[in-house]
Amino acid sequence: MQTVKMVITGPFNSGKTEFIQSVSEIDVVATERKISSEAEKIKDTTTVAMDFGRITVDQDLVLYLFGTPGQKRFDFMWEILSEGMLGFIVMVDSTRPETFREARSILETFRAYAPTPYVVTANKQDLDDAWDIEDMRIALRLDPKLKFLPCVATSKDSVKNVLLELLYSILAEMEAGT
Amino acid sequence: MALKGNLRDFSITQLLNLINLAHKTGTLAIEGPKDTAWVSFRKGKLAYSQMGRDDSHLASSHYRAKKISPSQHKMIRARAGGMSDKELGLLLVNANYITQEDILASLQAEFIGTIHRLFTWAEGRFGFENNVLPPNDKILLRINLENIIIEGSRQLREWEQLQDEIPSLDIALKFTDRPGTKLQNINLSVEEWRVAKYIDPKNSIRQIANTTKMNDLEIRRIVYSLLQAGLIEMVRQEGLEVKPRQIGLPTKDTAEQKSLVNRIIDRIRSI
Ligand SMILES: Nc1nc2c(ncn2[C@@H]2O[C@H](COP(=O)(O)OP(=O)(O)O)[C@@H](O)[C@H]2O)c(=O)[nH]1
Ligand SMILES: [Mg+2]
Repeated sequence: MQTVKMVITGPFNSGKTEFIQSVSEIDVVATERKISSEAEKIKDTTTVAMDFGRITVDQDLVLYLFGTPGQKRFDFMWEILSEGMLGFIVMVDSTRPETFREARSILETFRAYAPTPYVVTANKQDLDDAWDIEDMRIALRLDPKLKFLPCVATSKDSVKNVLLELLYSILAEMEAGT
Repeated sequence: MALKGNLRDFSITQLLNLINLAHKTGTLAIEGPKDTAWVSFRKGKLAYSQMGRDDSHLASSHYRAKKISPSQHKMIRARAGGMSDKELGLLLVNANYITQEDILASLQAEFIGTIHRLFTWAEGRFGFENNVLPPNDKILLRINLENIIIEGSRQLREWEQLQDEIPSLDIALKFTDRPGTKLQNINLSVEEWRVAKYIDPKNSIRQIANTTKMNDLEIRRIVYSLLQAGLIEMVRQEGLEVKPRQIGLPTKDTAEQKSLVNRIIDRIRSI
């Protein structure tokens, strides 16, 4: 059995759990609850609530989706998590400009850890307060060439689209490398 | 869609930067603790502003700018009560009270003054209404935002915020090639000029800091101002070895890797 992983990161409350839940075969929130149960709390510097989803590709291949704990105090975990990943997704809550700066800082941190392909999503685009994607691109100071995708993490189709866009980038990267 | 928030989280200089870069047209309303301000823009340039219930009548602006005397102000207000700013402006110019340059200069000072006051607001809910402009009778200007942004971002003092804005000093800078932005027209400080001299994709921010003998905080502040004004952007330092992309796959064989990714794509499409 081969396994590959993708990491979903972004500030607290940006929609990481929701995103993974929308496509995972297993219950993401249950995993989270189990890890953060009373019994585990004592050593919660090492086992923090971490989202975890699974997509069985076929008999020999499984894709795991890991959500990072958003809080800065857990960022020592990021480097471990990002090791050997296929790519990563940075989620940004389009309705909360107060998190944009943190989102960019998370993005930079991850980029430094792992030079793998990534995409950024403007999540919660279904809400009235959502900022325009082009305004967000400027506010987040994203490279115009970077894939910055509108997203509604509660919608399976929207999540599929983001995952596919990341996979297309990965393929393109491979083509360029050969 | 919405461009809403609070100045606490998204500062006035960040807003001006966004409006400048996106060439926005519309009106920004900011509700501060004591006052409400309206600032209008056309294609990313400052067009008009009004602070709270400040009398926005043209005659009053000129009175405040000491272009006309108290008695002139009183007389004009009495006689030209119902007149629009445009009509009144024309009248004042024709009557040789003031010149057209005077009018534009005092309006410009007034509008920029409003923004300077906004820089001192630590919080205030804001909302931007696309394509909404002041009534037709108001005189609209076209003031470049870069200088205003630079002044505003010089006031950013918080170390933590600067660290987030510029996460690493091992990146290089380059001038943006946006048409219409000429460095000569920007009022840079001596320190800013010293840094600007070394901006080149070959120099990292750290190298510039060393050369100009600035500490982390000083260099970050200056780079931040120039970034906010849209004059420069961060780039990977030239000549630096590019780390090879590492895509985490359980095989090193490229054909096999591609097949793996294609299998994942097919599976996700089918969810
Ligand atoms: N309307 C809307 N709500 C969302 C969306 N994504 C997440 N949420 C909600 O936002 C909150 C935070 O999401 P969560 O996935 O727990 O964020 P996390 O902290 O990044 O894991 C939850 O109440 C979600 O249901 C979205 O695309 N649209
Ligand atoms: Mg979560």
